[in-house]
Amino acid sequence: MEITDKTIEYVAALAKLELTQEEKEKAKTDLGSIIGYMATMNELDTEGIKPMSHVFPIHNVFREDVVENGPDRDALLENAPAKKDGCFMVPKTVE
Amino acid sequence: MKTYETVIGLEVHVELATKTKIFCGCTTLFGGEPNTHCCPVCTGMPGTLPVLNGKVVEFAIAAGLATGCEINQNCKFDRKNYFYPDLPKAYQVSQLYLPICHDGGIEIETSAGKKVVGIHEIHMEEDAGKLIHDPWEDCTLVDYNRCGVPLIEIVSDPDMRSAEEVIAYLEKLKLILQYLGVSDCKMQEGSLRADINLSVREMGAKEFGTRTEMKNMNSFKAIARAIEGERKRQIEVLEYGKVITQETRRWDDNKDTSFAMRSKEDAQDYRYFPEPDLVPIVISDEWLLEIENRQPELRDEKMLRYEKEYDIPAYDAGIITGSKHLADLFEETVALCGRPKEVSNWLMVETMRLLKEEEKEPEDITFSAEHLAGLIKLIGDNKINRTVAKEVFEKIFKDNIDPVKYVEEKGLSMVSDEGVLKATIEKIIAENPASVNDYRSGKEKALGFLVGQTMKEMKGKADPGAINKILKELLD
Amino acid sequence: MDITKLSALELGKKIKEKEISAAEAVSLQIDRIKEKDSEYNCYISVLEERALSEAKEVQKRIDGGELADAPLAGVPIAVKDNICTKGIKTTCGSKILYNFIPPYNATVVEKLKAQGAVIIGKTNMDEFAMGSTTETSYFGITKNPRNTEHVPGGSSGGSAAAVAADEAFYALGSDTGGSIRQPSAFCGVTGIKPTYGTVSRYGLVAYASSLDQIGPIGKNVADCAAALDIISGHDKKDSTSVPTESYGYLKVLGEDIKGMKIGIPKGYLGSGLSEEIKRSILAAAKELEKQGASIEEFDLEAVEYAIPAYYVIASAEASSNLSRYDGIKYGFRTEDFEGLQEVYKKTRSEGFGNEVKRRMMIGAFVLSSGYYDAYYNKALRVKALIKEGFDRAFDKYDIILGPTAPATAPRIGESLSDPLQMYLGDIYTVSVNLTGLPAISLPCGTDKMGLPIGLQLIGKHFGERDILKAAYLFEQTRKEVVL
Repeated sequence: MEITDKTIEYVAALAKLELTQEEKEKAKTDLGSIIGYMATMNELDTEGIKPMSHVFPIHNVFREDVVENGPDRDALLENAPAKKDGCFMVPKTVE
Repeated sequence: MKTYETVIGLEVHVELATKTKIFCGCTTLFGGEPNTHCCPVCTGMPGTLPVLNGKVVEFAIAAGLATGCEINQNCKFDRKNYFYPDLPKAYQVSQLYLPICHDGGIEIETSAGKKVVGIHEIHMEEDAGKLIHDPWEDCTLVDYNRCGVPLIEIVSDPDMRSAEEVIAYLEKLKLILQYLGVSDCKMQEGSLRADINLSVREMGAKEFGTRTEMKNMNSFKAIARAIEGERKRQIEVLEYGKVITQETRRWDDNKDTSFAMRSKEDAQDYRYFPEPDLVPIVISDEWLLEIENRQPELRDEKMLRYEKEYDIPAYDAGIITGSKHLADLFEETVALCGRPKEVSNWLMVETMRLLKEEEKEPEDITFSAEHLAGLIKLIGDNKINRTVAKEVFEKIFKDNIDPVKYVEEKGLSMVSDEGVLKATIEKIIAENPASVNDYRSGKEKALGFLVGQTMKEMKGKADPGAINKILKELLD
Repeated sequence: MDITKLSALELGKKIKEKEISAAEAVSLQIDRIKEKDSEYNCYISVLEERALSEAKEVQKRIDGGELADAPLAGVPIAVKDNICTKGIKTTCGSKILYNFIPPYNATVVEKLKAQGAVIIGKTNMDEFAMGSTTETSYFGITKNPRNTEHVPGGSSGGSAAAVAADEAFYALGSDTGGSIRQPSAFCGVTGIKPTYGTVSRYGLVAYASSLDQIGPIGKNVADCAAALDIISGHDKKDSTSVPTESYGYLKVLGEDIKGMKIGIPKGYLGSGLSEEIKRSILAAAKELEKQGASIEEFDLEAVEYAIPAYYVIASAEASSNLSRYDGIKYGFRTEDFEGLQEVYKKTRSEGFGNEVKRRMMIGAFVLSSGYYDAYYNKALRVKALIKEGFDRAFDKYDIILGPTAPATAPRIGESLSDPLQMYLGDIYTVSVNLTGLPAISLPCGTDKMGLPIGLQLIGKHFGERDILKAAYLFEQTRKEVVL
């Protein structure tokens, strides 16, 4: 399958990745051959077959509506690259 | 200028009144220090997995049944993928392909008459966290306390034509959800938020115009103004011969106008796919019936019952049932002290007056049924008179004090010792010969003055009926 | 005697019989790691002090009689570094989690601790379990202890190599498309991928949620069965965990397999399979026939489409699962950024390796608007057909037998340049993940270079006992041959 620059840029943007020109070229080749190979699935007639997400017919796995967790903020923030006032810190989100 | 018709559809997000979040055992309590109502699951830590809160499904079904929806007896969750700091997993667990409820509607009544607003679907999903701007560092702080709070999103058909209809729809929806106990619908806490999809078209046109979306509106007033403002803006654009851009706009209630939000850098491609970490939900006929049988009395039924059972005027029944909280308070109080008309009076008159004074809603009432019932009993037992009762009620309204204790501590109960009362009245008669003469010469009004004087002397703690009686005995 | 050569169960017995203490076992294991790991690089973290103090605690419990029924109490175990360990760095072999310390244990880790296991280290792996060679780790490549010019396989290459090098008595790996079985085959050890839902995934850092499953890697079948006894079981924290009646594995070993029906898919012996491997596999089948099983070749339908379907589904789920690594909550954040979008893009571009990026882009593509039906939904339909094929096969057979991989371990540096070629090496393993079936890989010979060959036995859903029984008997016959 022919993968265009536009497609690569589009999927890179969706995946939040920045690619160098060289990486883009490599991605074009690799994705082209891999996605082309994936398309061989079309040889198989799947007319009338329902898409199967779960292999087992398990359903209705529920939790009781009972509070189980207490506050544990320090543990949650311990790995944060930047934090302030008990919050995760990020560059501002609105202009 | 041409005449235009406004076409409005709503997406209403409602936070459910479960004790815990949709996929973990964290509390859903509003407020709290940032990131203290969180755990590894709702903050999207690596390796953690969701487990569905069964109550969420029951609430969603209840909401669907009460709004005339069909229930999808086989439904499942999907992932909606996008990056934003308030979404720690970078996907929101929601329902795209098989929402739990669909094809319902609710009847609204406005000055234009009655009509049904269609409900396209109701689906379950998780709420996102909160972003706080930090002016000191000029950055954003992320608090995940609300992250994972269960939501239902109620998507209407584009059936509304005016702000009035939108408000009527929202009021009705809010009452249904409150009566079901599915949500407290506190708009100021974000438990009920609406996205407004609005377009205009020439009157009589078949096709819809291009719509814009205004997200996360959380007050009826702002919604009404936003609809009016956006309607005008779109008509103006069209009148200038331009076209409407399909976009998300932010309504600025202070500036009374909407702004186009900076379009996201990337295309909106949410790449929905079935959530592999959660198994499908199968709703059996039995389960559905069980929930249906458990549905509580909704507002319309309740109103009729109040008129019939308690002999309350339709207008009053309408006001009291206009708030679930008020109706609950009414019924609990009546259960404690009987006298439904008296209870209704306190709610309709004094309570409403004080709410208005403080610019509050019936939902904000903090006093208990026990204390209102206590007050009504004190009046019934002739322990306090109405003037004192009003004073005590204000304290109940404000601080939810116990009226029995309060009256005792402040010594407000009426003097029931007839000897003391008689002595006081005799003193008043002696001190006011002119009025006594007036009364005896047929001026009935003078009696009122004497009653008042006695009451004053007794510091208000007397039964005006008893004073009247003794005065008349002594004077006649 | 070199105790590091013992099997896990043998060591467990010696600890029970007070021939050796748990702490001594840890010390000797650490010595072995210190001696060998600079060469093989099986471990990302070695937990010397922590393991010693844990061993002492476990010893107290053993001495107190508490762990009488725990055959592996006090035995050190290595855990793949995508399984969360509280207070211990869990990196997934990635720069993006190079410093991540989970504040919680995976359910399997809790279960291990309850049975007195001592975690001695966290093993190297292909980044986020994406790879077949353990060459994509941020923490360097792992070498195959059987021949250090070759890869150990992947993605659980660190775990398999550690067991092969006696740097671990047994280990945990994870298997999404063959990541336990293939490195077990390449390193000449035994590994089992349980039925989906048998072992809790809670705390396993997700690659492809619908396919991932944790399983043991051991020096022999019995060690794997004993380890699976510990880690299996229903878990309320994992909605896809399946409660069953068929736990209890060690106890069935030694039972005969008379009358057991074994099928060999013709396609599994066709072109692409090395002759040497084919010979070993058929010889193994003969051995099982001698033990009373019946052997038959048959056609397994649709299975040639397992690889494309697998890579569509796995990449799609991965692209979503790995979006959370954004430099905000944990792990690596780029140092130099302006604005939120740069935090995202630079963090992810600098933090992920090429193979992970490739799969995230493929995943984004197959889910993107306009391609969802043609790729993702199509793959789910193909999966349904593959499952039907296996269902029909298991109507006739108790076990499906075949090779684990079409070739023995490739040389280091030969695989990564052509990713599609590398994916094709998963031909015999991925359908098991798509269908949720259990499968074991165990040694059945070596090629002319002395590189191990793996035999794969695939069981029915929750048919772990069948494949373990057969594997155990086969292992016994091989021992006789070797002796």
